[in-house]
Amino acid sequence: MRPPGAARARIAWWLTICVAITVALTLGGLLVGTTSMHTSLRWILAPGAQSSIVLWDIRLPRTVGAWFVGALLGLAGAIAQGVFRNPLAEPYLLGTASGAALGVTVALYASGASVGALAWAAQLGLAGAAVVGACVAIVITVALARGVLQTSNLLLSGIVVGFLLSAVTSLLLLTKPQMWRTMQVFLLGSTGYLSWSSTSILAAVFLVCIVPAVLLSRGLDALTLGEDTARSLGLSLPVLRLAMLGIVCLATAAAVGEVGIVGFVGLVAPHLVRETLTVNHRHLLIASPLCGGALLQAADLVSRWIIHPAELPVGAVTACIGGAYLALLLWRRTRDA
Amino acid sequence: MIHTSRACERLRHSPLFAALVCAALAHALCAPPAGAVVLRDDLNRSVTVPTDPRRIITLLPSLTETVCALGACDRLVAVGRFDDWPPSVKRLPKVGDLDEVNIERIVALKPDLVLLSTSQRVGKRLQQLGVTSFAIETDRYEDIARTVRIVGELLGVPKRAAALNERIRKAVNAVAVAARAARRGAPPTVYFEVDPAPYAAGPDSYIGGLLAKLGVRNIVAAKLGAFPLLNPEYVVRRNPDVIFVSRAQAPQLAERPGWAQMKAVREHHICAFSERVRETIVRPGPRVAEGLRAMAACLARVAP
Repeated sequence: MRPPGAARARIAWWLTICVAITVALTLGGLLVGTTSMHTSLRWILAPGAQSSIVLWDIRLPRTVGAWFVGALLGLAGAIAQGVFRNPLAEPYLLGTASGAALGVTVALYASGASVGALAWAAQLGLAGAAVVGACVAIVITVALARGVLQTSNLLLSGIVVGFLLSAVTSLLLLTKPQMWRTMQVFLLGSTGYLSWSSTSILAAVFLVCIVPAVLLSRGLDALTLGEDTARSLGLSLPVLRLAMLGIVCLATAAAVGEVGIVGFVGLVAPHLVRETLTVNHRHLLIASPLCGGALLQAADLVSRWIIHPAELPVGAVTACIGGAYLALLLWRRTRDA
Repeated sequence: MIHTSRACERLRHSPLFAALVCAALAHALCAPPAGAVVLRDDLNRSVTVPTDPRRIITLLPSLTETVCALGACDRLVAVGRFDDWPPSVKRLPKVGDLDEVNIERIVALKPDLVLLSTSQRVGKRLQQLGVTSFAIETDRYEDIARTVRIVGELLGVPKRAAALNERIRKAVNAVAVAARAARRGAPPTVYFEVDPAPYAAGPDSYIGGLLAKLGVRNIVAAKLGAFPLLNPEYVVRRNPDVIFVSRAQAPQLAERPGWAQMKAVREHHICAFSERVRETIVRPGPRVAEGLRAMAACLARVAP
């Protein structure tokens, strides 16, 4: 399924523009913070001890880390929409978000409960607890759907598990209302504490996810023609699904673990790509992460700039941007229909 | 007596009444019954309270402490879930917390007065059920003295309230004066973390009021609000001399990006208190001087 020359040129242009925007946003990430841009520029030209900490240890890892989180979510969203053949599928579909939230709540709960519990909670960290919670949620979802064969069963059980785990989280929070503020920030997502170490973890996970995803992307192309056609092309659907869902889980868990639940990026990024390009899945799986990364970088810039030196949770910004974009998309579709 | 006041309450809220009956008549009809006074609470409701309430429920730790400090602990019939001071209130029934209140239990206990915070929505429902509730705002340092005065008035012990306020004022002053006098250097800059998000205590918050008493400089500007969600970079850039943080977070400060190089983290100028002591700091109640003393002691140690 090699696109014709004109389409390939368009894709090349698109990728160039997307990379250029990313580079611009990364530079913007160095400039925007709690100081005026003028001061930031002066810092870049003549760095002092403190200003170099702010620039290279806080702003740069934050903005690069935000890119990787957005890229992971964009990739997971594109895969989920392909596997489920549903344009509303998103990374949190399999209960990962609720599972991660429950993991964090349990960790917070335990750290307040006893000194012994505090030790393991600190060891694991909230990020670790989120990843464990997300993985547990996926295992329950897949078990409840009796495997990955039936996509409709998977979707349903993902929704059910999501509700159940959210209910448990709410019950736990009710018994300890003082955890609300921390949970609220986690539920809205926050890029504030992204460090070089968390960014390198995110980068490693991204590599581990994108390579097999792109290699397996032809399977998703076959799947768009229907399950029977895909099977007749000699594709092993269970293996493909299992591998693809494994990638979705890993990508989502890593992203949620580092920054909390950032909504809409995974849903919107593949749509943005499809709106501007006609692509097969190989291009979609490369373009969606680029788009998602740039989106989250932009949202991160807005979140720290708009009421600086205070900031908005980044998830609130993505929800506003993403929600508005989807509303626009829907408006255009219903008008044209 | 309770029935008449409830009927009047209903009458006052009916639109028919507002349209037809003149205000003078209303005043004559709904004048408080004997043994009760009408007071305006912080939600701007006029509340008919008995002059000598005997069955009181408090739904906020600081209000419970205030009632007890006024010597009326024996009048409490139930308290909020987190109310644990003085220790004698621990044996009382718990009827809920800030957001979740067991209304049925409250009604069953037949209180003649329920004291709560303005942020607790249950006041309206209690009013509909004919339970007298009085909402008090406790957001700022100045609210401590105001709360003591109001509760004293409600309990019919205004003189005791004035004496308690005087005691609190003197104790706070003594701590504040001693802290400033003992300080050798310039007043340190301080970051008080309420939650690792990071939410900070701004100058307009109750805790900000305590910091002002100690004569230290808050790194958070007042215009950001009482509890702003900060960009962590702001704290690093301000490089405060002292950090107030919870015990659980204290060891993790150095792991936040860029924080390890901050002066306060490097030299361990960190004030982290046990839950017991932290309660005296974060509760705007009569033990304020105790909390302030703990803060001053830590400041004297890390920023003499």
